[in-house]
Amino acid sequence: MNKIKLILQREYMTRVRKKTFIVMTILGPLLFGAIVIAPAWLATLEDTKTKNIAVIDSSHLFVNRLPETESIKFTYLENKKVEDVRQNFTDSEYYALLYITHLVANTNNSVILYSDQQPSLGVKGHISSAIEKHLEQKKLRAAGIDDNILQSVKTSVNLRTIQWTESGEEKESSTELAMIVGYIGGFLIYFFIFLFGAQVMRGVIEEKTNRIVEIIVSSVKPFQLMMGKIIGIGLVGLTQFALWVLLTLMIVSGAKSFVFPELGTPKAQEVTANSIMESSGGSANAAPFSPGQAGAEQELTENLQAAQIFNALGDINFALIIGVFIFFFLGGYLLYGSLFAAIGSAVDNETDTQQFMLPITIPLILAIIVLVNGISNPQGGIAFWFSIIPLTSPIVMMARLPFGVPEWQVLLSMALLVLTFMGTTWLSGKIYRTGILMYGKKVNYRELWKWIRYRN
Amino acid sequence: MDFLKIRNVEKRFVNHLALDDVSMTVPQNSIYGLLGPNGAGKTTLIRIINRITAPDKGHVYLKDRKIQMQDVFRIGYLPEERGLYKKMKVGEQALYLAQLKGMHRKEAVQKLKYWFEKFEIQGWWDKKVEELSKGMQQKIQFVTTVIHNPELLIFDEPFSGFDPINANLLKNEVLRLKEQGSTIIFSTHNMGSVEELCDHITLINKSRNILEGPIDEIRSRYKSNTYEIEYKGDGHKLESTLSDKYEVSGWRNSNGNKAVRIKLLQHTSENELLSLILPHVEVIGFRELIPSMNDVFIKVVNEVSHEGTPHS
Repeated sequence: MNKIKLILQREYMTRVRKKTFIVMTILGPLLFGAIVIAPAWLATLEDTKTKNIAVIDSSHLFVNRLPETESIKFTYLENKKVEDVRQNFTDSEYYALLYITHLVANTNNSVILYSDQQPSLGVKGHISSAIEKHLEQKKLRAAGIDDNILQSVKTSVNLRTIQWTESGEEKESSTELAMIVGYIGGFLIYFFIFLFGAQVMRGVIEEKTNRIVEIIVSSVKPFQLMMGKIIGIGLVGLTQFALWVLLTLMIVSGAKSFVFPELGTPKAQEVTANSIMESSGGSANAAPFSPGQAGAEQELTENLQAAQIFNALGDINFALIIGVFIFFFLGGYLLYGSLFAAIGSAVDNETDTQQFMLPITIPLILAIIVLVNGISNPQGGIAFWFSIIPLTSPIVMMARLPFGVPEWQVLLSMALLVLTFMGTTWLSGKIYRTGILMYGKKVNYRELWKWIRYRN
Repeated sequence: MDFLKIRNVEKRFVNHLALDDVSMTVPQNSIYGLLGPNGAGKTTLIRIINRITAPDKGHVYLKDRKIQMQDVFRIGYLPEERGLYKKMKVGEQALYLAQLKGMHRKEAVQKLKYWFEKFEIQGWWDKKVEELSKGMQQKIQFVTTVIHNPELLIFDEPFSGFDPINANLLKNEVLRLKEQGSTIIFSTHNMGSVEELCDHITLINKSRNILEGPIDEIRSRYKSNTYEIEYKGDGHKLESTLSDKYEVSGWRNSNGNKAVRIKLLQHTSENELLSLILPHVEVIGFRELIPSMNDVFIKVVNEVSHEGTPHS
């Protein structure tokens, strides 16, 4: 045991002190942070500059009627022609010129926005919806429908989902949130296995090509060397992961207070929550920064939704998920890590690994396919079986977990995973033991089978 | 006293018998040569002694006790295929290897300092291994092999990659280690260094131990009763006096004098030969020709392969 500790220490220390580790540790959270923050930040950037839009309204329907926002202002020009504005448009303070013809109520193409640049989508959307709404109202009124009725027909349905637990409680649930948590968990395990499994393999090949391996196995058992390496690199992975989480949290909260100075008000939190949801395609809610005519209602629904999400966040059993995550994280890594070590021992250089990588890559990619497709039906047969079979279970079970998985399934999956990784470690140990001392031999599967059968 | 005993060891790989009933006895405090052509099974035997692999049959005894896992701390092994972590610093790496051999960190640091000073390589401590030349790396490897004061040292082709100066340094270190009580197993193709250093040898050929014993005894076992006579005078006269009890195997010039090699047949004694030739030439030197280890090696290995081996 003492020797495994020594080996583990070396593996850990040499990797943690490497420049690539430090760079990755800093770069990772910056990327994560950017993914979370960027959409919201971009939205604020866009809106801070006030855009003054000149309006020439031949229909006279809209004068002083277009709703303004903090950043979109309208200036109504009377008795002017488009040509007049166009002549010295670049020097004017106008962002764009909106020309509404007198046919606006009857033809589709009768509103034109002139500009010396491509007007932003936000501006376009704002103008067209304002005009549409205004015309609709006018038409409805013309048809004799009262404003009060108009107000009362406005309907908005926000579907709340509540889960009945076995113990009879009611739980506010959020399908979107469960999906996100499931995705993140599954993908993290996938990346972890590939990233650090490949490091194990490269480490073994390095020792073999350096020819230091015979010196080391004259002091320790090959199995100890293999396990020390796998565990050491696993700890490097956990360290990196922990640092990522920590730094990401720091960056996100730091950036939040920078981008949203009104941090701490529930609105700011709700906005971030919403923009997170949007960036991952979870919710199709309206843009968070458009207070205005419909703003009040929207804000109301937003508040409600945010409240639900926070309720749901509170109801997802994070302690359980993190616990199970770490278990599958390590279990999956140990299972594949030993296989990666066996491959590394069987070859003389990295280019020879291809033929042996395939059987490792296929189940992992299969698991990701099931993760992506099966997450919409987490209790279905495919998702169930792939979350039980040990080669794919670490990834698929993580995806199912936030939706609620019966205890016996989780325990069965865990037990099978432990048994399998003990099996693969034992098998890999046998291949490893022979492989590390074998040079210049083209190895195929038959050869590996022979190595497994060697007695010692 | 015997330090290491190998008894009837057999090791089979799937379609190849690497060691076939090999026994050998290494006396304590001796330098023991393990000889044999490439692929004879030497490395497999060394790996069995080091407990890197286990034999299918037979046993290894260290001082009359079956060898155990913790005995690897008493062995220092310098493999033929050797290297170091290229990206690791020299001192750190040496420390790591010493600790793997069961040394405590403090003790290892002290010992390393001693050896680094002795080899005048203190300045290398913080260098990365890849910055050193091959010969320099070999020095580090030698230090890490002996750092834990092992009772048994196994050197597999230790001199390959050394320049003559460093090879000599190493040779002296090996002899000093023997003086201090270590037992040394020495595997090499360099027969010159075998004659120079070894007390005993074993010759392994095609998985079998075909020759074992003290080196002087083996060399005299293979002597062919041939004598070299340095003389002044007429060679033809000398030759004409020899009867069919003698066979001339060669002539040569030595230090300006003439010399002849004569093989004695039919149990003739040396004195008989001398008394026969003394009247005709002036004898300056007379000595028996002992075969070099190189001759013995080639002779024995060739004999075996001519016989053909049923065991391959």
